[in-house]
Amino acid sequence: MIRFLLNRLLQGILVLFALYTITFLLAKAMPGEPFTSEKNVSAETKANIRKLYGLDRPILEQYFIYPKNVLLEGSFGVSTSKGRPVADIIAQSFPNSLLLGLCALGFAIGIGVPIGILSAVRRNSWLDWLCMAIAMIGICVPSFTIGPLLQIHVAAHVPGLKVAGWGNPQDVLLPAFTLGLVSAAYLARLTRGGILEVLSQDFVRTAHAKGIAPITVILKHTLRGGLLPAVAYLGPAFAALISGSFIVETIFQVPGMGQHFVNAATTRDEFLLLGLSLFFGFLIVVMNLLADLLTGLLDPRVRLEGNKD
Amino acid sequence: MGNTAEPKGLDPHIVSGVLESNVIRSLFEGLVGEHPSKDGVALPGVAEKWYPVDTTRPDEWVFEIRKDAQWSDGTPLTAEDFLFSFRRLLTPALASDYSFMLYYIKDAEPYHKSQRSYLLSRNDKNFTKEWWASLKEVDFGPNEEAAENSFNFKGLDFLNAAQLEELRDSPGLFEWPESITAETRAELVRKNIAFVQAGGDLWDLIDFGATAPDPHTLRVKLNSPLPFLPEITKHYTWYPVPRHAVLKHGKIGDRFTDWTKPDNLVCNGAFILKSWKFNDHIEVARNPLYWDKQNVGLNGIRYLPIGNLYTEDRMYYDGQMHVTYTIAPELIDYSREKYPEHVRNELYLGTYFIRTNVNHEPFTDQRVRLAFSLTLDQNSLIDNVLKGGQKPAGGLVPPFGEYPASDAVAFDPERARALLAEAGYPGGKGLPDIEFLTTDKETSKAVAEALQAMWKEHLGASVKIKQLEWTSYITAMFDKDYDLAAGGWIGDYMDPLTFLDMWMKDAGNNRTGWHSEKFQEILAEAAETGDPAERYAVLARAEALFLEERPILPVYWYVRNYLLHPDVKGWDPLILDNHPYKFLRLEPGSGNRLQGR
Repeated sequence: MIRFLLNRLLQGILVLFALYTITFLLAKAMPGEPFTSEKNVSAETKANIRKLYGLDRPILEQYFIYPKNVLLEGSFGVSTSKGRPVADIIAQSFPNSLLLGLCALGFAIGIGVPIGILSAVRRNSWLDWLCMAIAMIGICVPSFTIGPLLQIHVAAHVPGLKVAGWGNPQDVLLPAFTLGLVSAAYLARLTRGGILEVLSQDFVRTAHAKGIAPITVILKHTLRGGLLPAVAYLGPAFAALISGSFIVETIFQVPGMGQHFVNAATTRDEFLLLGLSLFFGFLIVVMNLLADLLTGLLDPRVRLEGNKD
Repeated sequence: MGNTAEPKGLDPHIVSGVLESNVIRSLFEGLVGEHPSKDGVALPGVAEKWYPVDTTRPDEWVFEIRKDAQWSDGTPLTAEDFLFSFRRLLTPALASDYSFMLYYIKDAEPYHKSQRSYLLSRNDKNFTKEWWASLKEVDFGPNEEAAENSFNFKGLDFLNAAQLEELRDSPGLFEWPESITAETRAELVRKNIAFVQAGGDLWDLIDFGATAPDPHTLRVKLNSPLPFLPEITKHYTWYPVPRHAVLKHGKIGDRFTDWTKPDNLVCNGAFILKSWKFNDHIEVARNPLYWDKQNVGLNGIRYLPIGNLYTEDRMYYDGQMHVTYTIAPELIDYSREKYPEHVRNELYLGTYFIRTNVNHEPFTDQRVRLAFSLTLDQNSLIDNVLKGGQKPAGGLVPPFGEYPASDAVAFDPERARALLAEAGYPGGKGLPDIEFLTTDKETSKAVAEALQAMWKEHLGASVKIKQLEWTSYITAMFDKDYDLAAGGWIGDYMDPLTFLDMWMKDAGNNRTGWHSEKFQEILAEAAETGDPAERYAVLARAEALFLEERPILPVYWYVRNYLLHPDVKGWDPLILDNHPYKFLRLEPGSGNRLQGR
């Protein structure tokens, strides 16, 4: 088990370093500079700014300075577009994204898994078709359509709900629903598929033959194995949910992290871009690890393989 | 109120945007204040009185600072604070990109640009006039055209001691124009080395124009007469920053310090910073120590960084705000119909135009430029594509105050065809491939397509549209890598010069490759003209010449479309859109409640 963990940790570090290298090179390859502005800036001023951010040094030196600062000083640099430390931006926006993501995940599991189970149990009935059609719509309809529809037709009419904004506990509901919908739909389909596969196995037939109540068969015998595909999906999906979404955040005016990914790229904000990529990469690595561990708990076969590894 | 995005900061010396200015103008106050309803009229601010020393030649001004001026922590605000602020904005290490707003002050520019060689030798008797004339050809500053990391690229004035010594030992490292003798070169390098090794401060070498004869008097000596200096001091680059608070959290040239954090910020405006939640809101509240506090009508203002136009409008309809930053073009008609008394459409000091690259065929020919301009059906574009009530541009400078706005630009396809034929392209035959550079926004595309159709229809010209993402678009324009390029300009202050001096030969925002001796002569004449009316007439001549040459094709004058709640009183149209918040009042009326969406 420890070897398995160490192994994955090492992989994670490698992945992060590769991610850093690629992001760094891409950032350097973009045309323009962080302070390219509509108004002309004199060569002297540009020289001052470059010096301030250390962008006047050779590229190779810059490539090594950043990880050094991150590891030794815990500094992710200062955002050129926001004028504040990158770590500060992540610290201010990530809690909001985390809350939004957790709620979205709650919606996704709360809606997706029961629908998936229902579909699987009543497979090929009208109920199954209906659920899967809804799931398909959920996957296909983009959040920039659902969000405004919810604002106009729900928030504007329900007392206590605001069209957009962040501050009251109930403000999280609509954005979380919008954000979680796609995942809910995926989960429904994955759960259905997973459970169907288990349902066709011999031990389920045995359970039925022993006269166990159908509901117990589903909940006790089938669910554990049937949820495996869904759990594997949840790891990366969770990381994606809690790292924010540009669209949902701008529609609902949520001070989250997702918008910074897009803005950092368009404003050539190199340090913010690097900081966010590394943070997101870190989340993905950790979440994948957790998903693997959870899969191990649910599925003894994986556990065995893990030990042999 | 809506404010589009999270400010880069609240330090008046570091930011350069409109949305930052919106917050900063509530927190800080300059020498003179904005009038709530009259453009170009100055009201007392920190200064009680101001006047030029010589009214016929206003190149030196006196500002009398009010005796009871104080910072929000009770510290007295004196002329020294202004001197500190000017010096801070000009400090190279602060790396502010708006420092040039102070270049009007004597010796501000050479200090900010670290013109070491110039400052070291300008008072040297050994440097005769002839030498100086030849030295003018040398670029001592950074030259971006030079080979990367060469001494010319870095600039002689920016070399450190070790690099200068290297240069002394091998003079070939810096490329000089032929005309400079070896002795002059060696002498300059020697002067630089001596100065750097002694740890000299360039500030000691300048004769800075701003002085404080006593704590309540600020004298500002300018490079040339500037009758509209009070207008310029309304810009936040001229605002004072609290010396004691800035220095408590860092040195004068430190950019990233904590003095603008909510608990630390000391200011002198009608409001103080109450709370600042990143990307969520900024809230300001009444300043109990403000000199004119009895006339401040609001308890506070909350700025919301809403980037999504539609979200902003929906929040407004939902009753969450009093003023929006803008209004989505698609929602203008809807809002006019449902809430006519909320929709505002006001002229703004800005012009949308198309740059031509006068170094690229066919725009090397003035007749072709004129032809392309005469085929722009401005009204059709505004009514059918923009739909925002913009005004067709008659010239470059939007109409304001006493300045006689031009009407040289008009729609005349017949004359355009004749001009094009005269230039050798009858019916568009023989025209090379033309590319129209614009941004990747949806509206940019719609505008570009409409213009493309006009040029095709009236001139038979085929123009290709090239859309680039914002930074790439700006970069391409800087590199003059375009034939036609969409562009625009927002005036920095209430004077035609803010639209005209950008077309000087070396002005960084020109980017068309166009220049004219005559044009520069007229501008120089205006700079020496003290009488305001006469000066406007001279500037109008410059504009007429510019429009005759037509290196840019003016399209429309900007307007601001936004939603303003009728409960807000004291908010009148202003062409710079810098509404002084202290005059605003909130009078909740009945029947203004928004229902339905």
